[in-house]
Amino acid sequence: MSDALQTLGEYLADRRPDCVTKWWITNGDLTVEVPPAALIGFVEFLRADATCQFTQNVDITAIDYPDREKRFVVVYHFLSMKLNQRICVQSGVREDESIASLTDIFPSANWYEREVFDMFGVVFSGHPDLRRILTDYGFRGHPLRKDFPTSGYVELRYDDVQKRVVYEPVKLVHEYRQYDYLSPWEGAKYVLPGDEKAEEAK
Amino acid sequence: MDGSKGFEDVRTGEQMIRNFNLNVGPQHPATHGVLRLVTELDGEIVERADPHIGLLHRGTEKLMESRTYLQNAPYMDRLDYSAPMNQEHSFCLAIEKMTGVQAPRRGQLLRVLMAELSRIGNHVMNVTTAAMDVGALTPPLWGFELGREEVYTFFERASGARMHCNYFRPGGVHQDVPPALLDDIEAWAPKFLKVLDDLDGLLTENRIFKQRTVDICVVSEQDVYDWAMTGPMARSAGLAWDLRRTQPYDLYDEFDFQIPVGKNGDCYDRYLMRMEEMRQSVSIVLQAIKKLRAPDGQGDVLARGKLTPPLRSDMKTSMEALIHHFKLYSEGFKVPAGEIYCATEAPKGEIAVYIVSDGSNKPYRLRLRTPGFAHLQTTGYYCKGHQLADIPAVIGTLDIVFGEIDR
Repeated sequence: MSDALQTLGEYLADRRPDCVTKWWITNGDLTVEVPPAALIGFVEFLRADATCQFTQNVDITAIDYPDREKRFVVVYHFLSMKLNQRICVQSGVREDESIASLTDIFPSANWYEREVFDMFGVVFSGHPDLRRILTDYGFRGHPLRKDFPTSGYVELRYDDVQKRVVYEPVKLVHEYRQYDYLSPWEGAKYVLPGDEKAEEAK
Repeated sequence: MDGSKGFEDVRTGEQMIRNFNLNVGPQHPATHGVLRLVTELDGEIVERADPHIGLLHRGTEKLMESRTYLQNAPYMDRLDYSAPMNQEHSFCLAIEKMTGVQAPRRGQLLRVLMAELSRIGNHVMNVTTAAMDVGALTPPLWGFELGREEVYTFFERASGARMHCNYFRPGGVHQDVPPALLDDIEAWAPKFLKVLDDLDGLLTENRIFKQRTVDICVVSEQDVYDWAMTGPMARSAGLAWDLRRTQPYDLYDEFDFQIPVGKNGDCYDRYLMRMEEMRQSVSIVLQAIKKLRAPDGQGDVLARGKLTPPLRSDMKTSMEALIHHFKLYSEGFKVPAGEIYCATEAPKGEIAVYIVSDGSNKPYRLRLRTPGFAHLQTTGYYCKGHQLADIPAVIGTLDIVFGEIDR
């Protein structure tokens, strides 16, 4: 399995050197990094080429890295039922950048891209119907960004006086608890309460 | 003749007919959950159907980012709550692959057994309620007792919970099953096959059922590629694509089972396929029980190590075991940095977990690829041109459960 992926990776890097900036195999998955501008051409190649035949776009998602210049990595997963192989295509985009939509090649990209737009705020240019999909009508913000709090910003309840559902800012009875059990001896980056004095004393 | 050219005198009421917009749901028994469907009707013919989803969105992916891997496992049950064990399967396999752990043989066999029982539970639910949507009330009443009630009793005896079992763990399953449970499952199998035959007699040649399902929602091979369909939806178009066979996981390559494929790709084909898949699942269940009783099927159910808790008896005598237990359930285990896309064959199609790990005890990003999301997307495509009354048949055959679509 891994040999076949190795061959496929080399083949792709060889045939489309303009598209493939980097490729690697981890945990039995072949991942290819492609610049956003070359995405459409590369995906069309993946679908049409006889040794690829990735005719199904099974998933589109994104990863948020707030520290990076190219903040979002849009991740595409393709499947070839004929040749029984998978590939993961990644493309980094800046926050103010848009990426081409795959809806013309794969209709299934429609909802996946809507979801990524909803959750991360990545704009897909050329998408026919880029509405929010999972969040509420009139929702603000993009929940899966790392800077979006897990509790959200608004909560809603039924108001018996106004006879309708009202939105209010989130009021937590106690602070949102983020339990962190990472061992302070290995890996944890935070300073334990009181320890900052030890640093000052030095 | 729409009056714009000044022929006001020829204008009659009938020429002013416009399409009728109808809002279906979000609470409607035929939408299998909270689906809001905005439809545009030309008479009885559906011109446009736009599903509005997200009413059951709980932010599972976001919640999972702030919990350890072990704490995340129960969320998997709550995705597709009609086939809970199959989701856990993807999640556990993904972590096992990333950490390089292999579950022992008995653990894998128990996972296969439970996954197939889950598949039966799911298909009973789908086949019978889809039949109810097109007018047959009896199938759920006949199918649910042995097909779901009994199956959930087995789950309860194995894991302690009926629906949200949290039974599969990275490295195996939570606990071994009592031998009596295997006997009872074995005794249940022929009784359940009898129920399947009864359902067969009730539906397969039923005139009304065929009128409502034959040639409705016909899936072609190109549709399968275009809309990323997997599972029974893909197989109904004649593609023998089953991850249990094509990309085997656990011990599925040891089992002998057939994969039914469709010829016409319509709702009726998918009904027949699901019935046959249940029979195949029963056969896998019986094979698994046989293998569990064999000498090489004995032994531990968990790969003992960092990922799994120590034995209770060790904790009474060994300090290290006690510390390990405490650290496992507080700090959790760490997964090496990297990413993985791990898919398994759930009853509805390909359910995959995409984990991006940064090497800590929590996933940096966890994406749940669910089959229902991809399948529901096609509602608009397939309902167009069908009658309004066919919408429940289409939704029924897509086999959607909102827990996994909205996540």
